[in-house]
Amino acid sequence: MYDVVIIGAGVSGCAVARELARYQLNICVAEKEEDVCCGTSKANSAIVHAGFDAESGSLMARLNVEGNEMMEGLSRELDFPFRRNGSLVICLREEEKPELETLYQRGLKNGVKGLRIIGREELNTLEPNSSDEAIGALYAPTGGIVCPFAMNFAFAENAAENGVKFQFDTKVTGFQRTDNDWIIQTNQGELKSRYVVNAAGVYADKIHNMVSPKKLHITPRRGEYCLLDRSAEGFVKHTIFQLPGKFGKGVLITPTIHGNTLIGPTAEDIGDREGTNTTRAGLEELMSRAGNTVKGIPLREIITSFAGLRAHEDGHEFCIGEAEGAPGFIDCAGIESPGLTAAPAIGKLVAEIIRKLEHPLENPDFTGTRKGILDPKTLSKEQHAALIQEHPAYGNIVCRCEMITEGEILDAVHRPLGAKSLDGVKRRTRAGMGRCQGGFCSPKVMEILAEERKLEYSEITKSGGKSQIIVGTNKDRL
Amino acid sequence: MLKYEIVIVGGGPAGLAAAIAAKEHGAASILVLERDGELGGILNQCIHNGFGLHTFKEELTGPEYAARFIDRLFQAGITYKLNTMVMDISADKVVTAINREDGMIEIHARAVILAMGCRERSRGALNIPGFRPAGVFSAGTAQRLVNIEGCLPGRKIVILGSGDIGLIMARRMALEGARVQVVAELLPYSSGLKRNIVQCLDDFGIPLKLRHTVVNIHGKKRVEGVTIAQVDERQKPISGSEIYYECDTLLLSCGLIPENELSKTLGVQLNPVTSGPLVNECLETSVEGIFACGNVLHVHDLVDFVSQEAAAAGTYAASYIKNSTGHEKSRDIPISAESGVRYTVPNTVHPQRMEEKLTVRFRVGDVYKNCYVSVYVDEKRLIHRKKQVMAPGEMEEVILNKEELEAYPGMSKITVKLEED
Repeated sequence: MYDVVIIGAGVSGCAVARELARYQLNICVAEKEEDVCCGTSKANSAIVHAGFDAESGSLMARLNVEGNEMMEGLSRELDFPFRRNGSLVICLREEEKPELETLYQRGLKNGVKGLRIIGREELNTLEPNSSDEAIGALYAPTGGIVCPFAMNFAFAENAAENGVKFQFDTKVTGFQRTDNDWIIQTNQGELKSRYVVNAAGVYADKIHNMVSPKKLHITPRRGEYCLLDRSAEGFVKHTIFQLPGKFGKGVLITPTIHGNTLIGPTAEDIGDREGTNTTRAGLEELMSRAGNTVKGIPLREIITSFAGLRAHEDGHEFCIGEAEGAPGFIDCAGIESPGLTAAPAIGKLVAEIIRKLEHPLENPDFTGTRKGILDPKTLSKEQHAALIQEHPAYGNIVCRCEMITEGEILDAVHRPLGAKSLDGVKRRTRAGMGRCQGGFCSPKVMEILAEERKLEYSEITKSGGKSQIIVGTNKDRL
Repeated sequence: MLKYEIVIVGGGPAGLAAAIAAKEHGAASILVLERDGELGGILNQCIHNGFGLHTFKEELTGPEYAARFIDRLFQAGITYKLNTMVMDISADKVVTAINREDGMIEIHARAVILAMGCRERSRGALNIPGFRPAGVFSAGTAQRLVNIEGCLPGRKIVILGSGDIGLIMARRMALEGARVQVVAELLPYSSGLKRNIVQCLDDFGIPLKLRHTVVNIHGKKRVEGVTIAQVDERQKPISGSEIYYECDTLLLSCGLIPENELSKTLGVQLNPVTSGPLVNECLETSVEGIFACGNVLHVHDLVDFVSQEAAAAGTYAASYIKNSTGHEKSRDIPISAESGVRYTVPNTVHPQRMEEKLTVRFRVGDVYKNCYVSVYVDEKRLIHRKKQVMAPGEMEEVILNKEELEAYPGMSKITVKLEED
């Protein structure tokens, strides 16, 4: 019997879990995939929006600005990488200048700090590679970049350290309501809980519609991206948007917190909620559009492409609150951009809703801080040398492209909610995220996983389920 | 700080041959730094035969070929460190490396030889659309899994790219009982060696589809199939030509990229064509006392040539530390690659300093039949040699003679190019 079951271990679900862990509540996060951060949270623009985009007065706008403001403190408490690199919305045509002004005014209304419209000259100083056609830009110094994986893991691990249980490979199939409780049917048996938080991403409408007469409708909106190698680091310093205009919602180009350059996303409504495939048309669109705001993108440096699905609710608004006709069932649905930015504020809001309904006691043992995986690259040479002396595994480089040591991978496997798969290791440590895309390190990471998790090679997966890396041993069927 | 006359980054075929030659030519203290757990590099996973025909006049397997050099390295008493990753090389030749035992080490060298090899072009760099399931491997990764780990990466295989590793792996997977359905190649010709096409595809009845590429990868968790389509002259897929192959594995053999991240940080100038350093006839890079050889310099198809080139680099590095007076770069004559010749190694030659003969290696950009390889000194044609067939997959060479070049003291440029007659 739980007090709260949270469906979905993405960034929203985990932010809620971490906030609720402040109270004396028995909490479980049920996730259909094998790990934290497997859906929309893992494939997005990885940016912290300033907050000038969302409709003034909307929940989206409020939580965006709140989340943005919380990010700095959280990144320190929970030890995940975040930096305010500033964002720019570039205006290419004189006739579109009023649009820029509209964005500026909206930003002011939404409470975005430090917003300014800048001219061509200042834009050139800020971004020497901006397009020659650019006539000005909206500059938002509070815009930032974050590691979306690290933020998600930070919430999850901190929640787990404070007693929240996580149940993976658990897919919710239905609900039953008893007098005061919910019985949540899953492929792993039933869970019983007083409250349910629906943070199921692109499936949040399906989950919601199982219990509420007032239906929700979410469309998976696919966004494709290309990622450039760190060798192109510095090509742009700010997150560069195109003014939404006659070319539709523009493609952005941004540095990532780890020094890659990200181009994307496209926007395509699709039917398949698992449709995270890239398409030829999408990738071609990226190539042709990315050059609108900046010139001379080093496309030779592309190391990977991927697609994510935004959970687009018909009303284009966050749907947060108790579902109609379903007492104790709290929706956290329609969390599309700026969902990542808003996640800390979403966590607080949902926790507050449950606190008001349940009046739980505070958890006196709650620890609000957590240490991430130690990255030796952040140490001085002397400190790194001392670390290797104490733990020799930090002297063994496993991923040569990103310079990830065995020590970091062991940490990723053994920490709370530790990595079980190659992708799990990758998202926690970056091993395999570099220019060779795991070509060299994947056999070595497999060896570590086999050893530490006591697995046969044939049991090791890329991302859980039926994603085994190998199919057998040599000549086993001859 | 440790001190060595020569530090060699990489203990694969290039590093080994460079170390041995440097020792034979008088270098007293040499340190080879290898990131893997054994010397020999990628040769260790190349268990097929065909290595060493030029060097030893016999057909060795990769590990056997490597062992010959490793034995000589041991006999010469050359120092090496395994499982050691070089983190940084500074322009004043301080090499920073780490490993489990020594921790963080700094080594002061008088000369450094870059021999880091190359990596495979990944699926991401090829921008192949589709899902990203398990079962997409670069051919070299699959080779390691099969030959070193004893694992079978898949049972029903499609291969994209007819580079040598792809061809070798087509045969290898067939020998392990997998069904290799097709090898697709984007170009109108294979980029692999002719002998590999015969021995690895034809002999096993594996079809090679030229002018084809993978346009979609299916399967969310594990590969369930791939779609292959024909491409037009501009290498764009032709709509309507798609064929679906049910398979559990896609192997990629679509080119190798020299691993020059260390070189770039060090300030070594690279050739955009090869992605390897620009070098003079001593295989010295744009940074004095830093030499390069093997696949980090340009991708080779035969290890024999890697060993030859690396031995030259080792020899030059040894002579550099003996008379380490930097030479006048102004007297380097550029070697220009033109009409049909994609690049040359080396990129400059110093006629007074060069040895009696200098091997200039190059690759052509297309398949050429009954063409001439010509070498010009300014406007004067020195060499004009007919070749029946030249293909991008096979490295070519011309030999320059010191004596001949010295007859043109005022020359400003040497050109290597292809001519029809």
